[in-house]
Amino acid sequence: MIERTKILLLVAVLASAAISLFAGQINPYYYDILISIGINIILATSLNLVNGYTGQFSLGHAGFMAAGAYGSAWLSLAFGYVLGTSAAGTTTMFVLALTTGGLIAALAGLAVGIPSLRLRGDYLAIVTLGFNEIIKGVIQNAEPLGAQRGLGGMGQHTNFFWTFALAALTVYVVLNLVHSTYGSGFLAVRDDEIAAEAMGINTTKYKVLAFVIGAFFAGVAGGLYAHFKQFIHPEGFNFLRSVDIVVMVILGGMGSTAGVILAAILLTILPEGLRALAHQPWLPDSLRPIAENRMILYSLLLIILMITRPQGLFGGPGLKRRKA
Amino acid sequence: MSAPLLHLENATMQFGGLKCVSDLSFAVGTGELIGLIGPNGAGKTTVFNLITGVYRPTLGNITFAGKSVVGHRPYRITSRGIARTFQNIRLFGSLSVFENVRTACNMHLRHGISHALMRGPKFAAENRETECFVDELLTIFGLTAARDEPCRNLPYGDQRRLEIVRALATRPKLLLLDEPAAGMNPTEKNELMKLIRFTQEKFGLAVLLVEHDMKVVMGICQRIIVLDYGRKIAEGTPAQIRSDPKVIAAYLGKEAA
Repeated sequence: MIERTKILLLVAVLASAAISLFAGQINPYYYDILISIGINIILATSLNLVNGYTGQFSLGHAGFMAAGAYGSAWLSLAFGYVLGTSAAGTTTMFVLALTTGGLIAALAGLAVGIPSLRLRGDYLAIVTLGFNEIIKGVIQNAEPLGAQRGLGGMGQHTNFFWTFALAALTVYVVLNLVHSTYGSGFLAVRDDEIAAEAMGINTTKYKVLAFVIGAFFAGVAGGLYAHFKQFIHPEGFNFLRSVDIVVMVILGGMGSTAGVILAAILLTILPEGLRALAHQPWLPDSLRPIAENRMILYSLLLIILMITRPQGLFGGPGLKRRKA
Repeated sequence: MSAPLLHLENATMQFGGLKCVSDLSFAVGTGELIGLIGPNGAGKTTVFNLITGVYRPTLGNITFAGKSVVGHRPYRITSRGIARTFQNIRLFGSLSVFENVRTACNMHLRHGISHALMRGPKFAAENRETECFVDELLTIFGLTAARDEPCRNLPYGDQRRLEIVRALATRPKLLLLDEPAAGMNPTEKNELMKLIRFTQEKFGLAVLLVEHDMKVVMGICQRIIVLDYGRKIAEGTPAQIRSDPKVIAAYLGKEAA
């Protein structure tokens, strides 16, 4: 059991490396979608630790992603030349940039984790949402970060290997945590805070820890995004981006890592799939506007899901009980 | 008698103008089984909440094993050796029976987050240790068959029992039981009495028991403390309490006494 998770991580990393060798032959459009899937898996899995497993409703994940994206991009731009342009040099620099991005985001997570001790439910959601806007606002006014113009010029270091190896690492960390005695504290906080305290669990520590770890991986995802798109803009990390990630977690099922991964894949492909559908020649012209307005279909799908399966695709009993 | 394990000195709890517990003093010695009774609203659960740190007493002091627990967070107090169950069952609803008990072992872990992630030999060894400990407890209390069931699927009596097992997994010196017999039928109550006595002897615990069922309280407690409107009105052996006019007045009204 214990060894299995390590082996799975190793297999996933090796598989990413192997597929990465053939990445040049993948159609660039599909490649873009693939990388987006990987980044979304990291974002959704890490948010699931906060929202799903620890039961703290955070609505500011894009803010942490922004902190990581800008942190790593800034490091790459300011110090990218230090280690030279050799393959080893750029790779080391890239890893350093991702780590820095993650750490900056984790620091932001610590700052948000502290109000989470006093607030719960909707109130916490509003605070985290506000925090997302604050991060965005700071970036919009920070001249060294490009302010409203956005920030560009980072090398495209993100590839299939890094994206999916780090996605595998995120899944590994979250699963190993919640399936250990140490990590049972997260689930206990979600299920019953008073009982958790009475069983000797420092609920403060676990809530902050969930935010810090979740934010760290969101920051790493932001770093990957920045070094893939090579251009980042504050508007790319707005409230709607946060909602996108929350929707992945809810659709997949709070507290189900497999479900959340599936939802991340599904919700990345779906808008693209609908775009392709709108251009199919066999589609009757009357239906074309519907397919073109894919956001309408997308929201309709979510509404139907919430009515028929409120616990999400793979959701366990966790969510149903949280209402009590 | 040596220094008591738990000592309340003039503990007072005031919510605005309402004094839920006033000037309450009593002591629980090591290995004692004490009953805490009183009519509805007498402040029994508030006393538990004071001892376990859910509330901070307005006045007075509470010491456990010689040190004050006032102002400490509940989890700190639990780690010092006080465990409790709840009047309305508070299990971790989405976890299995085994996981519920394992959660209570959390604070005794010697490894930190890095070991939980790296899963090295130290983690594996301690994990096995924890699992054995939990399984042993489940065996003692006859919950092995339900080990991997979601805890909410258990019958009511078993859920109560599981709460006691979970509290024991924190390895307490003092166990606070808040109305463990509530909602049980006479057979279950008899079993519960046996279970409490067995637990107390097997683990060498002091037990403080809040209970409405007089048969249970009188049957197992060595000493009984009676509360009414937040004040202690009597303390003594079951026989003394049964014939105390103040107690009878509190329960049945002045005329009856």
